[in-house]
Amino acid sequence: MRTKFKKFQEKFIEGLLMLSGTVTSLTVVLIVIFLFNEGLGVFNKKPIDEGYVIAINQSNPVVKLSPAQIKDIYDQKIKNWKQLGGHDEKIVLFKVDDITDYYTDEEIGKNFANLPHCINDFIVKNKGVIAFFSETYLPLKFTGKYIDVDKIKVSEFLSGEEWFPTAKPVAQMGVKPLIYGTLWVSFGAIIFALPIGLAAAIFLSEIANKRIRNILKPLIELLAGIPSVVYGFFGLVIIVPLIQETFNLPVGETGLAGSIILGIMALPTIITISEDAMRNTPRAMKEASLALGASKWQTIYKVVIPYSASGITAGAILGIGRAIGETMAVLMVTGNAAIIPHTLLEPVRTIPATIAAELGEAPSGGVHYQALFALGCILFIITLLINLAVEFVTNKKKQRKH
Amino acid sequence: MKKQFLALLMIPVMTLVSCGEGSKEESEEKEKISITVKGSDTVLPLAQMEAEKLMEKDSSVSISVVGGGTGVGITALLEGTTDLAMASRDLKTEEALQFKGAKKEIVKTLIAYDALTVIVHPENKIGQLTREQIEKIYTGEITNWKEVGGEDLKIVAYSRESSSGTYEYFKEEVLDDKNYASNILSMPATGAIVQSVSQTKGAIGYIGLAYQSKSVKQLAISYDQGKTFISPSIETAKNKSYPISRPLFFMYDKVNEEKVQTIIEFTISEEGQKIVTEIGYIPLN
Repeated sequence: MRTKFKKFQEKFIEGLLMLSGTVTSLTVVLIVIFLFNEGLGVFNKKPIDEGYVIAINQSNPVVKLSPAQIKDIYDQKIKNWKQLGGHDEKIVLFKVDDITDYYTDEEIGKNFANLPHCINDFIVKNKGVIAFFSETYLPLKFTGKYIDVDKIKVSEFLSGEEWFPTAKPVAQMGVKPLIYGTLWVSFGAIIFALPIGLAAAIFLSEIANKRIRNILKPLIELLAGIPSVVYGFFGLVIIVPLIQETFNLPVGETGLAGSIILGIMALPTIITISEDAMRNTPRAMKEASLALGASKWQTIYKVVIPYSASGITAGAILGIGRAIGETMAVLMVTGNAAIIPHTLLEPVRTIPATIAAELGEAPSGGVHYQALFALGCILFIITLLINLAVEFVTNKKKQRKH
Repeated sequence: MKKQFLALLMIPVMTLVSCGEGSKEESEEKEKISITVKGSDTVLPLAQMEAEKLMEKDSSVSISVVGGGTGVGITALLEGTTDLAMASRDLKTEEALQFKGAKKEIVKTLIAYDALTVIVHPENKIGQLTREQIEKIYTGEITNWKEVGGEDLKIVAYSRESSSGTYEYFKEEVLDDKNYASNILSMPATGAIVQSVSQTKGAIGYIGLAYQSKSVKQLAISYDQGKTFISPSIETAKNKSYPISRPLFFMYDKVNEEKVQTIIEFTISEEGQKIVTEIGYIPLN
């Protein structure tokens, strides 16, 4: 009876453990599916708000415009249809909100009853018109011509260099500057944090005596507990002006400021994990090395570091993970200009900062919303690739050792 | 799996919902009026203060104020999920048409004005700019202060994030609806703009009048190609000579008029308008 109960108990615990394992994996899978489901939806859409049309005069020979051309038209950088292969006609911009400039309230009618008629009238009368309005005001007998806008293509999304998701009438969705910004900042952070973190870990595990370690370790771990917005504020007030003065720059909000802040934020992870790994080096190995006449330093870099290499890399990955995904601190110090950076001393806009700053206002289910999820997918793929690469490297090392 | 998880989630949600209903019934017994206010983040601090003061005075009213942006507030009004919408701009034609489609009559009450000021670093010699010059700076055509009569220094332009109503207003009103240049730095909050402009020599930025600070210099603005330049202040904004000022509204469905009357009356009363000045906006009179 008793053994039976014990068996049942063991089975129960086993089942519970398996369940939590499955639930965790399932959650991860579900999140990934959700992310990609939302994100990939953007490539099924046109970069124009749903239910809106762009129309021109019937006599205009222009058939197709690219999103960039439409933006230039509305920014008044292109002012004549001649530049787009049409007649020599000045471009007249029209939006529904402008209707009151051209027609009196009486003509529009009470409750906008005559609005569709007015829009049609305006498009017919103006040869150079380009009008942007909702399909619901489409007149019954529309005598203008529609301009077709292509769906967003994967290649354009990835290689586009302009990020104006709220631009009217056509959004510009080019994520290249954001990807570059994220990679630059994270790369800078790791270059800055890895040597310092490694040095601190070696000091703590091999050189420092117990008393110093007992003071230093909790202090370093405390770094991980500071909220990221505090780091951001610290960066904005202290590090940004410092960078501006040191490098004599016109602006201090740069990728470098982001790298330094992220580096500091990644330090506790890197230090704690690599220190733990180093302290796990078997005493016998260290003593054997010392007994063979190796100095303390030789023991550290010939025995301790190689032994704990996988732990150090794990710390570095988790550090990079924190750096790539960190949002608030970066949002505050990098300036967030969506331009492709050429050095670390330029303002950059990272993917997480973009998602955080814009998701709140993006209408749920719209193009902008889905584009932000697509950015999330890109971020996910970047971290996945880093993880796979590190896995590959550590596996190789293990095989060589045995 | 997913269904079970959802079902588990539903339990606390349902308890919450039922709790909410219970308390609502209780409040009706005491004839309490509860008003929800939603919308513009610009109006938010003002509405919060007005609501607080009103609730202190009149314990039968309970008001909850939520931000989110003007667009969010107006959508909520359309869906009937809020009693009062805060707006930092007038209804767009689009929105007016939507209300017409939903057969709702919307009443709007002007509660205060807000002025936007253009700020530069205090050591900048430039004291005034025309609208056209500001437009060219923000669209990337002018990149050096010497092009507008200042010293040879690169211009660093700061803006708000695209989710902000101030971003949209500045784009429509000052940039003639053109897009910002892509090298404009965007900051998550107005406070961050003040901080950055105060520590960057070539900086220019825009903020609400309520956020003015001694660490930055305000510019006088001309809307008539440089004939007259007007400095921003409560007085010039009040007499409408300062061009970049916008009205702030409360909007509500006419059906709810009686319910929201208390807070609207309080806001436009003398006491309420005093709070407007305290918060840093421009009162109606």
